[in-house]
Amino acid sequence: MNVAVAKTGKGRAVSDLFTSAEGRLPGSPAVTAVRREAFETYERLGLPHRRIEEWKYTDLRALIGEVLPLAAAPDAAALKRAADAVKVHAIDGARKLVLVDGVFAADLSDVKALAAEAGFGTLRETLEKDAGLLKTASLDAVIALNAAMATDGVVLSIADGAQLPAPIQIIHIATAASASAFTRSQVAVGKGARATIVETFVAAGAKAYQVNDAVLVSVDDDADVAHIRLMDDAPDAMNVSSHFVTVGANVKLNFFNMTTGAAVSRLQGFIALAGEGSELSANGVNLLQKTEHGDTTLVVDHAVPNCVSREVFRAVIDDRAHSVFQGRIIVRPDAQKTDGKMMTRALLLSDEAEADNKPELEIFADDVSCGHGATAGALDDSLLFYLKARGLPEKQAQALLIQAFVGEAIEQIADDGLRAHVIGIAERWLERRQ
Amino acid sequence: MALLEVKDLKVRVEEREILHGLTLTVNEGEVHAIMGPNGSGKSTLSHVIAGKPGYEVTDGQILFKGEDLLEMSPDERAAKGVFLAFQYPVEIPGVATMNFLRTALNAQRKARGEDEYSTPDFLKKVREVSKSLNIPQDMLKRGVNVGFSGGEKKRNEVLQMALFEPSLCILDEMDSGLDIDALRIAADGVNALRSPGRAMVVITHYQRLLNYIVPDFVHVMSRGRVVKSGAKDLALELEASGYAQFEDA
Repeated sequence: MNVAVAKTGKGRAVSDLFTSAEGRLPGSPAVTAVRREAFETYERLGLPHRRIEEWKYTDLRALIGEVLPLAAAPDAAALKRAADAVKVHAIDGARKLVLVDGVFAADLSDVKALAAEAGFGTLRETLEKDAGLLKTASLDAVIALNAAMATDGVVLSIADGAQLPAPIQIIHIATAASASAFTRSQVAVGKGARATIVETFVAAGAKAYQVNDAVLVSVDDDADVAHIRLMDDAPDAMNVSSHFVTVGANVKLNFFNMTTGAAVSRLQGFIALAGEGSELSANGVNLLQKTEHGDTTLVVDHAVPNCVSREVFRAVIDDRAHSVFQGRIIVRPDAQKTDGKMMTRALLLSDEAEADNKPELEIFADDVSCGHGATAGALDDSLLFYLKARGLPEKQAQALLIQAFVGEAIEQIADDGLRAHVIGIAERWLERRQ
Repeated sequence: MALLEVKDLKVRVEEREILHGLTLTVNEGEVHAIMGPNGSGKSTLSHVIAGKPGYEVTDGQILFKGEDLLEMSPDERAAKGVFLAFQYPVEIPGVATMNFLRTALNAQRKARGEDEYSTPDFLKKVREVSKSLNIPQDMLKRGVNVGFSGGEKKRNEVLQMALFEPSLCILDEMDSGLDIDALRIAADGVNALRSPGRAMVVITHYQRLLNYIVPDFVHVMSRGRVVKSGAKDLALELEASGYAQFEDA
């Protein structure tokens, strides 16, 4: 049945897209062969739809209709707009790596400053040598499509023991309307290293664009990593991001994602705890309004004993928006003494807002402590009245309570400056509601 | 012109009438006590003045400084100078008391067309006021009322009253849940705020509170009406004779 579907409308559009884009896709002949294979996988599966369990609440086929043509490489005017956007969205002191419409923009990036601190290359360069970065275990259609179409990305390697003095901020900027950007990046953190990685997705004037990003992360033993993602796309954009994270032993990994834009968005993270004694804190916030659809799907795989995972997720849903949280914790047969907890709460600001929470525990070991909780509700009227009786207008009273609600997830970010940056984005979202 | 004029006020909650034509006039600088048994409508009156949802005014009016209070939203009433000290102040986790106080004060000032306080000016003002009320600074860093004792919650209400400088303070059962020491501290805070430009309406079930906040006038409510008004000695009479004499009124 999938084959038949893929041959109809939407599958056909992508097929044309792939053929026409092929000349622009970097890589050796061996890479081209991998891309073709990935594309065939995509064509066989078609865009994900509601009958595929993992995509039940995010029917991409219905939500986006079609995959848009590949964005043209940015011209001087596009790079100028991107440069202005960088000024607005850059974190003070961060080493910036900027991708404009899916193409690395060296002139907007801090390559020189970074060179002294970490190994850096682009996907484009890497693919001239080998196709390894295009290969992932998952058979997910959007990931296969990403492998087929990825034009560029950043390849970072942080040496054993390196203590990065500043965050690395990967900024994805869309300047081309009604076009797609496919990016794929790799972040490898060495033993005992300490690093902060921030990914920011924004538009510079572009409307109705599509982002399909994939990031492969490996964190070696004893490393300490903060990984923050800020999906702040234009209101009519689509962003589907896939993360593959492998964690070694005695690692501290603090992961955070916040979605504040895009008509359709999904972050799917697959985090494997493959070394003992590691602590994962994976947290997220969805702030959605109008008819936005935001999906956060996290799979935390405890493959070895003695790891701790904590997930705190908050969704604020206004108007007719729709938030999805799917959290799966897998505890493999050997992963004794696993301690995994997941707490998700949704705040519904309108009668037509929708939240779908789908927690799943798959436990195959017998000596573990795992749990999950999920709630959904409205703002507390008695708290609202108290604030209004003290002079706060309705929207401002709501904003204060919403900030407190999402604060429970945001406060998991340890760095004061980064936390303030994230709060600033949440506040701008709240101002758009006023 | 009176500061507050409640005229023949009739109020329903769902289908039941709670206030059956209540009249009350409060002038600047006066302290009025409203006493009455449980269910007489005391708290309903305070909620309707502050603008709490869920009450339907079917007749009568409330004028504040000559303006129709019932036409205003709760935040507009606060900005005009109405302050309700809650019987049970709510806990608001995740909203730091300091942030709450600054947001509220500046919202009121903005609504009145006044300049908002700068952070240093605000901090200075809060420090002065909290010191006089014996409120430790670390309490202000915690979530609003989160983990506060009953006494601390009431002191936080008085702190807000001092910061916002309202012209009408309604104290709803301020003594409930307080031991005698906590009551004295809160009452001292309230007494310090008495001034010729500010009126207070003290709602209480017991005469005890009125030993600490001495009213100019006492009104007895029963079954949704003021059934007797008098000077402060009326409270003492009530303490001796109870409310039963008014139950049939």
